[in-house]
Amino acid sequence: MLNLYTRRRIVNAIGLAISMLAMAFGLFWLCWILWTLLEHGLPALTPVVFAQMTPPPGSSGGLLNAIAGSLMMTLVGTLIGTPIGILAGTYLAEFGQRGWLAPITRFINDVLLSAPSIVIGLFVYEIYVVHVRHFSGWAGALALSIIVIPIVIRTTENMLRLVPTTLREAAAALGAPQWKIINFITLRAARAGIVTGVMLAIARISGETAPLLFTALNNQFWSSNMDQPMANLPVVIFQFAMSPYEDWQQLAWAGALLITLSVLTLNILARVLFRQAATTH
Amino acid sequence: MIAENTSSPKIIVKDLNFYYGNYRALKDINLKIAEKMVTAFIGPSGCGKSTLLRTFNRMYQLYPKQKATGEILLDGANILDKNQDLNTLRAGIGMVFQKPTPFPMSIYDNIAFGVKLYESLSRHDMDERIEWALRKAALWTEVKDKLKQSGTGLSGGQQQRLCIARAIAVKPQVLLLDEPTSALDPISTAHIEKLIDELKEDFTIVIVTHNMQQAARVSDYTAYMYLGDLIEFGDTSTVFTNPKRKETEDYITGRFG
Repeated sequence: MLNLYTRRRIVNAIGLAISMLAMAFGLFWLCWILWTLLEHGLPALTPVVFAQMTPPPGSSGGLLNAIAGSLMMTLVGTLIGTPIGILAGTYLAEFGQRGWLAPITRFINDVLLSAPSIVIGLFVYEIYVVHVRHFSGWAGALALSIIVIPIVIRTTENMLRLVPTTLREAAAALGAPQWKIINFITLRAARAGIVTGVMLAIARISGETAPLLFTALNNQFWSSNMDQPMANLPVVIFQFAMSPYEDWQQLAWAGALLITLSVLTLNILARVLFRQAATTH
Repeated sequence: MIAENTSSPKIIVKDLNFYYGNYRALKDINLKIAEKMVTAFIGPSGCGKSTLLRTFNRMYQLYPKQKATGEILLDGANILDKNQDLNTLRAGIGMVFQKPTPFPMSIYDNIAFGVKLYESLSRHDMDERIEWALRKAALWTEVKDKLKQSGTGLSGGQQQRLCIARAIAVKPQVLLLDEPTSALDPISTAHIEKLIDELKEDFTIVIVTHNMQQAARVSDYTAYMYLGDLIEFGDTSTVFTNPKRKETEDYITGRFG
């Protein structure tokens, strides 16, 4: 019979080893993906990528129109989705204790959060694209905003719930009306978390392909008109990667690397920001 | 029977009952809080002392399932009345909580927040008010050079004094202290107790405390509560040296609770 201390050390060592193996397994795939991306993407990532439009097969070109289109639609989608998400999340966290509206909203939001993005693309196609009879950047931005909303609602509600009740009580005890408590105390206390949520939402939509296939479609040429079909990185990658042309495939790798790097940067930024906020209060 | 205070009462509680849903947490409470004196509520956990304190500024109103019946007269007016404006009520009754609750903003803005709710002061007057409140709370010398820094960066004891400064900056008449030192170390506790002694010059103070020695040290009147009943109420010296009820004696001598 081993003594208690030795037994605990053995169990600890086994548990630790299994955890490390699981972590290594997870990281292995991530590293492999990043490695492959860098291997194929870096050589293709030339200055031309940022300077020229998507080319027809066989001629040289870049991704400028797709990058610009992606940035514009992501920006507009975020601008539409963020205020709605923050307002709804605030409602759920601060007023959602009573009544039937909040639980139902919360449930529907959870469904929306896990809805396949292609369904959202089809939805916008049906309610918008069909009526105006052409694909457009607006439709793409709209579809992206529908993806942003549930993410922002969820993080806003969660972050506001992390704000201690005593802080609300302290403000209420001073005689502050509820709107002031929410605006100046609780939202402020949860600010870093909410900003993090918005950044994660941006990271999520900047790689979405399915909702854009049915809405913004694609555009061979430069276009900053949101009412026209619009080029964007995910759809260009989809199209170019599936093609038999070598130079298109190269550009697809470059685009994939670009998206991954920007998503990675956003995620790291969000983490740093959240950690800073956590240490300042 | 409940003892009468000699000095003039600021708050009179009449037949107060309090419910958390169906649970009756306070049972027919009657007592008077003397003006510019310190009244302490003591008793074991769950006896209703904090609940009673939180009826004085109707804090329970934040929670839909809580309600109070009876009367609480503040200067003769019933504050449990439906028409009582909560913001006005809370302007006159400040509160400090068990855990320090600095707002996520600068030390200056922490105090200015409450003042701005009721007064629009010039920059100069606001500066003066903030200095006055911080001096009253014995915090001025420690923070006067860092008023722009976050209030959350202070130590626990300083945060609690900041909360006291924030409460008195609004110039209330009554100050409710809900176990204000239970999260603090002995030195910070001594600071706050000294402060309570000074503050009763200007404010009527009601304090809830777990610590009987603290009640004996800082209060003029003491109420002993148990399971929602007010068991004994009177002069602190009488309650502690010559309690009328056996339950009170058992509790203060440590045989129970």
